[in-house]
Amino acid sequence: MSTNVSLIVTASALIACGVYLILERSLTRVLAGLLILGNGVSILFLIAGGGAGDAPIEGTTDAADMADPLPQALVLTAIVIALATTAFLLAMAYRSWQLNANDDVQDDVEDASIRRLAAADEASDSHDLATGGEDDDVLTEEGA
Amino acid sequence: MSYLVPLPVILPLFGAGATLMLSRFPRAQRFVSFGVLVAVVVVAAALLFRADRYGPQVAWLGAWTPPLGISLVADRLSALMLLVSAVVTLVVLVYSIGQGMTGDEREAPVSIYHPTFLVLVAGVSNAFLAGDLFNLFVSFEMLLFASYVLLTLGGTETRIRAGTIYVVVNMLSSSLFLISIAAVYAATGSLNLAQLAQRIQDLPDSVSLTLQLLLLVTFAVKAAVFPLSLWLPDSYPTAPAPVTAVFAGLLTKVGVYAILRVQTLLFPDSPLTNLLMWAALVTMVIGILGAIAQSDIKRMLSFTLVSHIGYMIFGIGLATEAGVSGAVFYVAHHITIQTALFLVVGLIERRAGSTSLLRLGGLARLAPVLAILFFVPAMNLAGIPPMSGFLGKVGLLQAGLDVGTPLAVTLVIGGVATSLLTLYAVAKTWAIAFWRTPEQAHETAQALPSPGEEADALHPTVTMVRHRGHVHSGGTAYATADLEDARQVRDEDAPDRDLYQLLRDGELPERLPRSMVLPTAALIGFSLVFTLVAGPMFEYTDRAAVDLMQRTPYLEAVLGGGDR
Repeated sequence: MSTNVSLIVTASALIACGVYLILERSLTRVLAGLLILGNGVSILFLIAGGGAGDAPIEGTTDAADMADPLPQALVLTAIVIALATTAFLLAMAYRSWQLNANDDVQDDVEDASIRRLAAADEASDSHDLATGGEDDDVLTEEGA
Repeated sequence: MSYLVPLPVILPLFGAGATLMLSRFPRAQRFVSFGVLVAVVVVAAALLFRADRYGPQVAWLGAWTPPLGISLVADRLSALMLLVSAVVTLVVLVYSIGQGMTGDEREAPVSIYHPTFLVLVAGVSNAFLAGDLFNLFVSFEMLLFASYVLLTLGGTETRIRAGTIYVVVNMLSSSLFLISIAAVYAATGSLNLAQLAQRIQDLPDSVSLTLQLLLLVTFAVKAAVFPLSLWLPDSYPTAPAPVTAVFAGLLTKVGVYAILRVQTLLFPDSPLTNLLMWAALVTMVIGILGAIAQSDIKRMLSFTLVSHIGYMIFGIGLATEAGVSGAVFYVAHHITIQTALFLVVGLIERRAGSTSLLRLGGLARLAPVLAILFFVPAMNLAGIPPMSGFLGKVGLLQAGLDVGTPLAVTLVIGGVATSLLTLYAVAKTWAIAFWRTPEQAHETAQALPSPGEEADALHPTVTMVRHRGHVHSGGTAYATADLEDARQVRDEDAPDRDLYQLLRDGELPERLPRSMVLPTAALIGFSLVFTLVAGPMFEYTDRAAVDLMQRTPYLEAVLGGGDR
């Protein structure tokens, strides 16, 4: 099976860009990243289907010259699913903006508390206890 | 009789369309979805019988000559999964009807609950029946889409926050699944599982190893195998109780089923079984340690869910007939138990207004039936003899000892430790929520430090220390969010009072509707049936495991004599 190098390069570039965008905090950028990633994956399917050929209609062409129609059917399904997911994520980003005036991917409550722990660690020895106060980061020896 | 095979998918889909049209008539909607799910249970039972007696049932869709069309296959494993999931979804539907779905959120659109739930059922059934990889992908997408909608039902702030992470993680794993499918197709030129089973053997080792890794990572995200499980405890607890229950029971098991199917059928002599066993060990131990640390019952149960996925992966990783049989038994047992527990937590939330262990107390006196309803599945989860959890664990541990390699023995030890820690986690929860008196719960809440205020001014006797994001008092550390929750108990004007205050004021909360308690009790009864029929059930899973390990019944049924 011969493969088209330019298609491989395009697909990998699209997937790389998509992954980069997904690492962003803003849901809109994550969405754009998923779309680009999805397009890269669709091109992967074209590569998987082998080289170009004639229309796969029985009777008009010899079977050996036909293009493989299956990957294209699969891509079509994947695109439809991606469209629906995009619509859903857009709605979620809008709802998030309605509620919080931003569309950031938010931390879980537990994640936030773990991050506070990490921040406190930088300031102090982990065995020290501190007195109550506004700032968790200020830990003192005599607090306990 | 192969026309029976597509019915578990088609019936719920038609039901979804019908309930969508009936969205203005809630009574008719409930009637239709109930009828559809009863029919699915009947069909699944018939499939189970036929698959056990006559071998795998195959349906080729679209009138293409095999092996060109799309195949749906119900072998012993699929049929068992179908039957258990159909029963569980039926119970959850009755429960959610009893709850007045969704009673906890005012703005939740009730009319879309039934169609979405039926699409979820169709997706789960399709995943169990799918005979090719792309059909498996489509069924994953079906059930995921339904789960996105159910998880964010009502669009409140917490649900949107939890839903965002859930949707993005699942979209990523779906992309990875597509990439794996493209790679599989490029390497073999087929997506039919039976054909793949023959063609993958001819591939070079490096290629088949790559394909196996891609598929395993994809399914491990869905099955919540550590370290790909971190999304789960953040997402599940925010949804309405019946939704969480059906997610916890079914969605992760679909991932486990996919791992089991792919491992046994496509990669029988896999070099990755050791990797699976390590993953199983870490999933079990880290999951249960997370469960112990939680002070909210829903979060605690989400972590035990992750932990017990490890048992099933353990059985798959052993790659012996006994191991696979134990894993199949454990999956069937765990679907019912985990769903039942989340349904009970929904009852607790309804009765006591909270699932936080800082606020609950004295429920055994207020609701003795509820105490039993939680106690029985909790002990079953922990594996107390003679319940099915114990039998399933014994089966797995026995299989591990039979293999006898150092890694397998380590896993057996890890499994026993996890079991004991599960017992500790659920027993602690039960003791706090049900057994301590309301006065004790109230006094404990009174003695809790306040997150926002200086402690010494209010409670000069209590020494309170803030450290690393937690508040320490009397030898216990509390997360600030939990304290905010508990502080409401102290505040006499707060809308939510704890049980002690309610008893004192003579304002008991409403009694639980019988329409919610009865389905929960029925599901717990169903889970106890596993104990009663454990002998025949293990014989059945043994036969299923033999089928899976030999592969020939599946291949012969699908390919019609093994020709390509």
